[in-house]
Amino acid sequence: MQKTPIIKAEHLTFSYPGDAESKPVRALDDVSFEIEEGSFTAILGHNGSGKSTLAKLLCMVNYPDSGELLLCGKDLTAPDVTEEDILAARRDIGMVFQNPDNQIVASIVEEDVAFGCENLGIPSAEIRKRVDQALEEVGMTKYARSSPHNLSGGQKQRVAIAGVIAMKRKCVIFDESTAMLDPLGRQDVMNTAMKLNREDGITVILITHYMSEAAMADRIIVMNQGKILRDGTPSEVFSDPEAMWDAGLDVPQTTELLYKMRKAGYDVRLDLFDENDCAAEIARAMKRAREGK
Amino acid sequence: MKSDITFGQYVEGNSLIHRLDPRMKIVLSILYIVTIFLAKSVTAFALLTLSAFLLIALTGLSPAMILRGMRPLLFIIVFTAVFNIFWMTGDTLLISLGPIKIYLEGIINAVLIILRIVLLIVATSVFLTYTTTPLALTDGLEQLLAPLKKLHVPVHEFSMMMTIALRFIPTLIDETQKIMNAQKARGADFSTGNLLQRAKALIPILIPLFISAFRRADELATAMECRCYTGGEGRTRMNVLRSTPKDWAAAFVVLVLGAAIVLANLYFPLYGLTL
Ligand SMILES: Nc1ncnc2c1ncn2[C@@H]1O[C@H](COP(=O)(O)OP(=O)(O)OP(=O)(O)O)[C@@H](O)[C@H]1O
Ligand SMILES: [Mg+2]
Repeated sequence: MQKTPIIKAEHLTFSYPGDAESKPVRALDDVSFEIEEGSFTAILGHNGSGKSTLAKLLCMVNYPDSGELLLCGKDLTAPDVTEEDILAARRDIGMVFQNPDNQIVASIVEEDVAFGCENLGIPSAEIRKRVDQALEEVGMTKYARSSPHNLSGGQKQRVAIAGVIAMKRKCVIFDESTAMLDPLGRQDVMNTAMKLNREDGITVILITHYMSEAAMADRIIVMNQGKILRDGTPSEVFSDPEAMWDAGLDVPQTTELLYKMRKAGYDVRLDLFDENDCAAEIARAMKRAREGK
Repeated sequence: MKSDITFGQYVEGNSLIHRLDPRMKIVLSILYIVTIFLAKSVTAFALLTLSAFLLIALTGLSPAMILRGMRPLLFIIVFTAVFNIFWMTGDTLLISLGPIKIYLEGIINAVLIILRIVLLIVATSVFLTYTTTPLALTDGLEQLLAPLKKLHVPVHEFSMMMTIALRFIPTLIDETQKIMNAQKARGADFSTGNLLQRAKALIPILIPLFISAFRRADELATAMECRCYTGGEGRTRMNVLRSTPKDWAAAFVVLVLGAAIVLANLYFPLYGLTL
């Protein structure tokens, strides 16, 4: 099945301008990839590898120095793009940031969810409907009239996600949205992200440092020093743990364990990310080894 | 650690006054203040005081709480009272102790002026601070002043700034607390020394607080941009303020009160106020 790519990037480069003390930083260097509509992609990379920079480019908050960027088939790097085209492109791609506090604008939950729709100039009654639906979808209806200040980090991120849903965006980028949360909050946000992708068909790009989260994606892009290091399914990317370790990254604990088993001479698969599957595989391998002797 | 601070003094409630349109409440409090300044005679003030009690009863707030809210103004109240009692002259001399002469007019004047101050506070606090959330007040003000946008007054921008400020006050208070604790853990001392030393001790709190506030502002700006914020133009609102018959009825009542005060001044000019 051939789907149209919702994002198509060709040879993107981007540098942060330097100032008196620092030289310009080349944050992205010849990055090319395509993201299919409705897919779930994880982006991995150590600190400073350019993940957030890439996300800001995709949201049209920063503009690439060179290269081509097509969002929903529209070339935003063409010489004739106008301010309006960029604003229109921004409607389709939303972002959920790392710090839940610094993206909430209003002091009442439902008003914050409505903020994006209000900016789009949608009629009041329609906003009301969308906000109620969005809050329902992320399970925050109970808190519609509360102050975001009193919510937990995970709940605040769900409010931010509701804002994205209410705007009916086609694609959401999560930029380390789970980094400041406790395990329960992380689970919450991940479940909501999965639901968004599986049920509503929204394209999800998940930037993360957690390998277990990345393993849930259809595809993983690994960034290193502003370049794409690897790009493939989780099984492909994690099949070579040594390369990941060299790039200063981890692999899921299950993969690490299986890899060590393999090095110790057991015949095991590496691409199992579920703990139970992993345990079963090890049991099988050990049984086979015993019988072989 | 959650600090649940209601800034201003909003008291949760569902009274008639609570439910009035914030725009109307702003207008009503202005009308009421004008009425208070129109009152000149004792009868007019008696009427006003009665209306103030009714108003408080309507909000369901405790009068004691409203009185407590006036404590910061105690000094002004006492000062005006003393000033009026000892300096005013009149026809009816009550007490004469050497150079000190106290006239009936002076006492009445003092009472009326105190009443005027108290009523002004009651009017604004009942209509605005106690029964309207700061957010509703901001919204109301934005929509009331919307016509000024034509004169290029940045009404929307100011209201956005207020909204964001209200949103971030609790966050920054939490943060201040955290920084203070962090500095205390490093041996900072905020509670001893003279004023200058204490002020100096605050610098290590203010600097990190400012840095973090700027970082937050930067991130928030990006987030707002991502959510298609482009300023006030073409923006709609989810909650549109709508005035109901209740609001117009309330306006009518306040206008009638104003008329009654003017009539009371004219026809029952008992002990006119001379200030
Ligand atoms: N506003 C900025 N001004 C100048 N340089 C910047 C700015 N933001 C990021 N950089 C630099 O650009 C490079 C890429 O940063 P980026 O934030 O994209 O990394 P990241 O992969 O998101 O890292 P992290 O995992 O820490 O979030 C880094 O070298 C960083 O120092
Ligand atoms: Mg980042």
